[in-house]
Amino acid sequence: MSKIHVTTTVNGDEVEFLCEPDETLLDVLRDELHLTGSKEGCASGDCGACSVMVNDRLVCSCLVLGAEADGAKVETIEGMADGENLHPLQKKFLEHAALQCGVCTPGFLVAAKALLEKNPDPTETEARYWLAGNLCRCTGYDKIIRAVLDTAAEMRGN
Amino acid sequence: MSQALRTDDMDQDLRVVGTRPVRPDGVDKVTGRAMFGADYSLPGMLVGRVLRSPHAHAIIKSIDTSKAEALPGVKAVVTRDDFQEMPSEFIPAGEMLINYRDVVRNVMAREKALYDGHAVAAVAATSVSVAKKALKLIKVDYEVLPHVIDPSEAMKPDAPVLHDHIFTDGVEPKPEKPSNVAKRVEFGMGDVEAGFASADVVVERSFKTQPVHQGYIEPHACVASVSADGQAELWCSTQGHYVVRANCARLLGMDISKIRVTASEIGGGFGGKTVVYLEPVALALSRKACHPVKMVMSREEVFRASGPTSGADIWVKMGATKDGKIVAAQTDLKYQAGAFPGSPVQPGAMCAFAPYDVENVLAVGYDVVTNRPKVAAYRAPGGPISEYAVESVVDELARKLEIDPVDFRLQNAAQQGTRAAYGPKFGPVGLVQTLEAVKNHEHYKAPLGPNQGRGVASGFWFNIGGETSVEINLSEDGTATLMSGTPDIGGSRASLAMMAAEELCIDLEKVRPLIADTSSLGYNFLTGGSRVTFSAGLATVEAAREIVKELCARAAKIWEIPEDAVEWEKGYVRPAGENAGNFEPLSVADIAKVAGKTGGPIAGYARINAQGAAPSFGTHLVDVEVDPETGRAWVTRYTVVQDAGKAIHPSYVEGQYQGGAVQGIGWAFNEEYIYDDKGCLENPGFLDYRIPVASDVPMIDTVIVEVPNPRHPYGVRGVGETPIVPPMGAIANAVSAATGIRFTELPMSPPKVLKALEEHRANGGGD
Repeated sequence: MSKIHVTTTVNGDEVEFLCEPDETLLDVLRDELHLTGSKEGCASGDCGACSVMVNDRLVCSCLVLGAEADGAKVETIEGMADGENLHPLQKKFLEHAALQCGVCTPGFLVAAKALLEKNPDPTETEARYWLAGNLCRCTGYDKIIRAVLDTAAEMRGN
Repeated sequence: MSQALRTDDMDQDLRVVGTRPVRPDGVDKVTGRAMFGADYSLPGMLVGRVLRSPHAHAIIKSIDTSKAEALPGVKAVVTRDDFQEMPSEFIPAGEMLINYRDVVRNVMAREKALYDGHAVAAVAATSVSVAKKALKLIKVDYEVLPHVIDPSEAMKPDAPVLHDHIFTDGVEPKPEKPSNVAKRVEFGMGDVEAGFASADVVVERSFKTQPVHQGYIEPHACVASVSADGQAELWCSTQGHYVVRANCARLLGMDISKIRVTASEIGGGFGGKTVVYLEPVALALSRKACHPVKMVMSREEVFRASGPTSGADIWVKMGATKDGKIVAAQTDLKYQAGAFPGSPVQPGAMCAFAPYDVENVLAVGYDVVTNRPKVAAYRAPGGPISEYAVESVVDELARKLEIDPVDFRLQNAAQQGTRAAYGPKFGPVGLVQTLEAVKNHEHYKAPLGPNQGRGVASGFWFNIGGETSVEINLSEDGTATLMSGTPDIGGSRASLAMMAAEELCIDLEKVRPLIADTSSLGYNFLTGGSRVTFSAGLATVEAAREIVKELCARAAKIWEIPEDAVEWEKGYVRPAGENAGNFEPLSVADIAKVAGKTGGPIAGYARINAQGAAPSFGTHLVDVEVDPETGRAWVTRYTVVQDAGKAIHPSYVEGQYQGGAVQGIGWAFNEEYIYDDKGCLENPGFLDYRIPVASDVPMIDTVIVEVPNPRHPYGVRGVGETPIVPPMGAIANAVSAATGIRFTELPMSPPKVLKALEEHRANGGGD
């Protein structure tokens, strides 16, 4: 079976790649484009470690085909900081010690950014339900939720 | 919010230790730059895949790999024939024992497949699709055998026997027939019969727990590259790259020094990444194919083939006098080991009653093999299982005696000088302080709503030291590189760099901590046993003090005065005694700058076998609510109190407490392996093996008690494992308080709770 030619935008840069028809966007990001910040924890959409934005929508990149990215706008963890200036969420995750092993962290940051873009003033419950698709086995979620709520407050100017 | 309670006035002058700086590896982890196991790749790399048994128990009559080998793109196939037989001997491996006879069989099935998911063959191919096709072309001829999953079933005389060579160890005379009971262990003191005879109240209960998986989010992954002359490189996600090196060398008949292992960032382990699965297979494939080989487990493979911890059948009997003194305690523990001997029943038996000062104790444990994946260490291996049962019985005793459960524990709490049933007398320990902190906590007095209940449980873990090497190199500009060899699983680079900065009196950002590969630093035992901040911390302090000593010698040389005529004070070497004031003090950077002229590079190197690890006790306080209509129970409030000895970086200590509590919530309410009638795992994924998500849990409050460990310069105990010990008991006690029903099986999932509520109501209990 021949490969599919795909043209897409990843973190603002136009990129082209060839992928198998059954190759996921996560595989393409990691293996073709060498953007390994998105992680595979389950390949079934249960853990959220591969969270990315496709056309401003939060998705598990393991559930999207690489071919579906044609013509789309893809944003990953690698595009979250502006050069050496970290996004406020990245800073707050560090300040709050909201990571231990760090493997779920990229997915949480992408998902939390999507939350704050949609809802700049989430309650704790709203943050917990929005992030319920991202699994963390180390932290017990306490410091992650605090970091997200603290970022929201800071970004609102409180 | 968190609090800290100190019980002494030691080391009040600390500048870095005890603060909350940003961790040195943090930026890489929030930007996606950090390299985890599956993130490595090499030119010419092949894809490795494993063929796994679909049967729980089967003789492997033959394996035909010829068609797979003939498929274009397949570069190597390995089976049992590629691994040598190993002698049977149990070797201590941290908190567990390993036997290479079994390790080689777990890595690649030999005579029999012993569980659903057992590796039978592996291929290396040029692409994923070729590798998958090749696996389908391997023909395995199985003779399916009856299987056994449950430990009590496996102990019955007519149970299918997994291993013909197992005759229960620890039983006299030696049994005549082989069985699934690999070992019997016993710990105790005093006379339990006499103890029970003197008791006014006796509670006796049987409990059952299910195997639960560590649930690390990062699946096992590695890249192996063996050159034609047998030099090997291995990159992998592991808790102990020196241990991986030793195991792979042994299994593959290679010299240890020929294998260099680099530990990637590790995406969680909790004990489950202390053993080898893919690594020797990847090396064998690479050796055969003469190409680098990358292997990554799928989540399904992680569940089916990597180690959960034991499920167990537990019986506990405890007796107390009417004024609240526990006088006798006895337990029988049947832990399933999975396919090969080596469950953590021994530590489970040792720590079952450790929180209590009891004269008459007897703990008997059985290590039982079953057709399940071989268990691996999981955070305080064995402890949470036995202590869950004991804490449930302690709660029931307190209720019968009408004594507050915290007061009852305080009255019987182990403290300095208490002899533990497993042998030693405790040094300074903080159980009493944790209980007092719980009693004084606002949470303990807060009102409860309808259908809510409150539970308390204490927990204990030993903690270990062990072999450790640390090297600190001082650069020409006075900055330092700190090399340790214990993979950083939760912030240990931060804590080690903080101790180095404290000792060298330099800014924390002037210390760069790295995890060295196995060829660049002396041996290190693995990250486990809550040992890293303690052991590598000891070595870091020793290495830093060696540098300080050298800095003093160099200054003396510069000033041309005797070495004992200088002193070290707050980051400066100063002339002392009769020379005091004769020379300007020299900073670390001043001396480092001219090191080349005063004797060469300045470094500190510590190679130690860390002694003096101290146990950590914790007490958890939890409120639950139970929905009487559905049987669903959830946690509404949670407070963890634990003795850290000393929290080097309090945020990461709190993180350990919070993470352990939430893992425990999963263990208590949801998590279990579910098998079908053929012995195949039905829930090998995160959808059906449901670990807690953010919306399942509240904030987890913490109180860090600090009763310093006198054997560590800053008082460090270890904190990583104790937090998983009390949750199941505390939650079970809370559910019992909420419902009036004593639950004795984990998980307390909605169908089980609902059934119990309905029976209770039918019998006239409750509303």
